[in-house]
Amino acid sequence: MSALKNPRIIGTLAVLLIIALTPVAFGDENYIMRVITVGLCSAIAVYGMNIILGFTGQLSLAQGGFFGIGAYAVGLLTTDFDWSFWQAFLVGVVGTSAIGYLSGLIALRTKDEYFAIFTMAIGFIIYLTISRWEAVTHAHSGVNNVKFPEAGDIVDFSNPTAMFYLVFIILLICVYITYAIRRSSVGRTLLTIRTSEDLADAIGVNVGLSKQLAFAASAFFGGIGGGLYASVVGFIGPDAATVDKTFEFLMFILVGGMGTVAGPLVGTMIVTFLFELFQDFQAYRFIVLGPIIIALVIFAPRGIVGYLGGFIDKRARKRRIGSAHKDGAARSQGTAQAGGTATKDDSVRADKSANSDGSTRAGAAERRETTADTITTDDEEK
Amino acid sequence: MTLFTQQLFNGVALGGVYCLAAIGLTLVFGVLRIPNLAHGSLYMLGAYVTYFFLTTVGVPYVAAIGIAALILFVLGVLLERLVFHPLRNSPHTHHMIAAIGAMFFFQAVAQAIWGADFRRMETPISGSVHILGAEISAQRIVIIVTAVVVLSLLTWFIKRSIHGQTIEAIEQDRTGAALVGINPAMVSMLTLGLSALLVTIAAGLVSPINLLSPTMGDSLNLKVFAIIILGGLGSLPGAIVGSFALAIAETMTSTYISSAVGEAVAFIVLVAVLAIKPTGLFAKAVQR
Repeated sequence: MSALKNPRIIGTLAVLLIIALTPVAFGDENYIMRVITVGLCSAIAVYGMNIILGFTGQLSLAQGGFFGIGAYAVGLLTTDFDWSFWQAFLVGVVGTSAIGYLSGLIALRTKDEYFAIFTMAIGFIIYLTISRWEAVTHAHSGVNNVKFPEAGDIVDFSNPTAMFYLVFIILLICVYITYAIRRSSVGRTLLTIRTSEDLADAIGVNVGLSKQLAFAASAFFGGIGGGLYASVVGFIGPDAATVDKTFEFLMFILVGGMGTVAGPLVGTMIVTFLFELFQDFQAYRFIVLGPIIIALVIFAPRGIVGYLGGFIDKRARKRRIGSAHKDGAARSQGTAQAGGTATKDDSVRADKSANSDGSTRAGAAERRETTADTITTDDEEK
Repeated sequence: MTLFTQQLFNGVALGGVYCLAAIGLTLVFGVLRIPNLAHGSLYMLGAYVTYFFLTTVGVPYVAAIGIAALILFVLGVLLERLVFHPLRNSPHTHHMIAAIGAMFFFQAVAQAIWGADFRRMETPISGSVHILGAEISAQRIVIIVTAVVVLSLLTWFIKRSIHGQTIEAIEQDRTGAALVGINPAMVSMLTLGLSALLVTIAAGLVSPINLLSPTMGDSLNLKVFAIIILGGLGSLPGAIVGSFALAIAETMTSTYISSAVGEAVAFIVLVAVLAIKPTGLFAKAVQR
């Protein structure tokens, strides 16, 4: 129950609910459903980027390449080799994760700018391989008639709405994984690395292994997104693996908010919508969107969800300090109940042993707030 | 043997182009600590502006490059002032993202003005020279000569002139330089302008050989990054050696193996080198 009182979770659930209901509004419009479903596929890949960039603070520019590997694995295996979608999807995702892990072994020896550019080179090598290895990938003629997922006679995935829900359910799992990582000690470890690698190292975090796993996880999500994308669109070309694809993902995550749970989804949906709005001037959309990216990084680096989160925290902090004071005052009159107002919060087990003095409690509440929110505040501090 | 000589010259000419592009990029990294991902799009704009003055306005070739270089210098200064300067205290990922925004913007602008089709810049310098039995086009000779001249001037500028020395001072120690009265903001603008100027010269020189398109900067961008990473970010000798080494490797593999391998060789070398030495071949002790 307590989780439902957290405005962040309510917000995330509201976003998911709105997206879950889109087929009710656009169910008959195949084009719109397809655009939204492609958006969800991208969002899954963006969740991968969120783990390596948002949580761990490493700018990986190989995500478009991983997306392409996932897409081509499904595309080629279901057409040229006549595998079923699920087999191909499984092999694609496992393969992408393995390639991610192996390239991470070398890539993560480098740091910062070196890492960013090195991963960009990995992405570009993947793109070159796909666009030039004609014998296997058909190069620029692409792959046609990628299979829809099979489901016996139960569901027909050639129906855009059915496909939408399949992608949506997988996206839900990805959102939950992100949420679980964010809450767990793994998430805190990654955030520590983002704040300071030296610090993380000094307090006994295995920085190399953590980054390695985060990078493999980002490839894993990229592979899932790409594999689904191939099936949703039915046709794939080398475009699916370009470095520009990575840059697109980067814009999605930036608009939504790096390191947040809902950010990648919100950002992807909003920017996809903007892209569609500028559809008529496809090529020129970046005359507007380019400066928007720059302005966002300069003036709003936390993204939409990051800002909403900050706003929620500010209010929560005010309320908590207020109630803690009241609570403390009540205790000093000897009428307070054990736990007090703090039990409302699910993260305060430690607080049960807290001092009954009102001001200390307020201080503790605030400290707790700050540690829990390194993710939103440390961007400002930098 | 003739083919080899021919390709060697082609490789050196290409190396000259890479070098002019890479030097600017590595200087920008040294001063601003930013890998300017928009560098390739500055190259592209430089090529188009040169094309505009040469073909549409009709000024002579050298003047067209000169005017374009000055315009791009101003653009580079503006890029620093409007995009990178406000981000000077942000985490390093943010600069890269902003640079990507700028890159997309420049590409879209070029496409809006000149269209997405390939364009050819007429070769103002025709003819060819015979050296050791190989036939080298005069344009490539011009590229090699210009690259050597520009690099010498640049070295003189950085080592001897007062403004150039401020660049090196800031590279070595930003705080220290500021303490002795060097304005880091001015030097940052100067450096980015200079890098845009250099890359425009490269673009103007190579455009008559290649075709122009709004995305022509993309592959150069990646290769030049491979070069400066290879040489060690911020290292001038590294950039020069890396440029010529990669350019020759590229033309040779394109000739003797396949063009696809030629295109990828820069990255294969990059992966190999970073696997062994993660900070590049000529890495300086970079202060963070």
